[in-house]
Amino acid sequence: MMPEISLNILDVAENSVRARASLIEITVSVQPKEDRLSVTISDNGCGMTADQVKRAQDPFFTTRTTRIVGLGLPFFKQAAECTGGSFRIDSEKGKGTTVKAVFILSHIDRMPLGDISSTIHTLIVFNEQIDFKYIYEYDDKSFSLDTREMREMLGDEISFMEPEVSLFIWEYLDNNKRETDGGAEI
Amino acid sequence: MKSLEELRAIRAKMQGKVGVRAENADQIRVVVGMATCGIASGARPVLTALSNAVQEQNLSEKICVTQTGCIGLCQYEPIVEVMEPGKEKVTYVKMTPDKALEVLRLHLVGGQVVTKYTLSAAQNNTN
Repeated sequence: MMPEISLNILDVAENSVRARASLIEITVSVQPKEDRLSVTISDNGCGMTADQVKRAQDPFFTTRTTRIVGLGLPFFKQAAECTGGSFRIDSEKGKGTTVKAVFILSHIDRMPLGDISSTIHTLIVFNEQIDFKYIYEYDDKSFSLDTREMREMLGDEISFMEPEVSLFIWEYLDNNKRETDGGAEI
Repeated sequence: MKSLEELRAIRAKMQGKVGVRAENADQIRVVVGMATCGIASGARPVLTALSNAVQEQNLSEKICVTQTGCIGLCQYEPIVEVMEPGKEKVTYVKMTPDKALEVLRLHLVGGQVVTKYTLSAAQNNTN
């Protein structure tokens, strides 16, 4: 079991990386008035057939060869559903996959969101060949980070791994999150 | 709110400095397992600690930190593998950020394998 929602996001987004996506969009939306926290991870990777979507929710299904259980998506599904929330996967072979998990914010069994800024930072810096669009919403406020816009400002030659750039990405995520949610414990 | 415009300033500052960090044959590769098993056991802070330390200590020419999927030794995660040209691969198991920084200091910089954290040490303990 993952201790934080953000680690589930990291894990599920790694599926998109392995599905050879060129664009991964992640939205985290915290809506205290509606008592909801929803997470959407959407990619343009290789997608799944209806049968694979069904099997992907089975803890004992995986396409890996290093072990016989998958667990990633079932963990995420269980984490959402045990709060009374919902979980769905929409996928089309050759088009891409969207995973959406809705948590009931105030439910006692809802795990904390965790360090979402580090998760997004890790994904962006270590998968430089993939474009990411991240949106964080809290109530009616929001901010976003699109690596395609970053590329435009930074040029093609400078790596996100460069210390100055990596630090900037982390500060951007961390500062803007705090300004968006006012430092709320989520 | 912080703006992406700051990247333009970083770009201007870094002009001419780029390209020096191209991969070279002598580079040590450090690989962190980041599949479900690794992430669930705490691989993200390990990866972040290693990659930050390498950047802060200006070691990125010598050491390249990357991630990989499931290595097939899930019970030993978080796992860090060290691949040094001309040497046998060293597999460190049950890593934490502190242990990883020790490996960086003693092995990657100092050249001494930290035997107590290796896979073979862990396997000998359980046998």
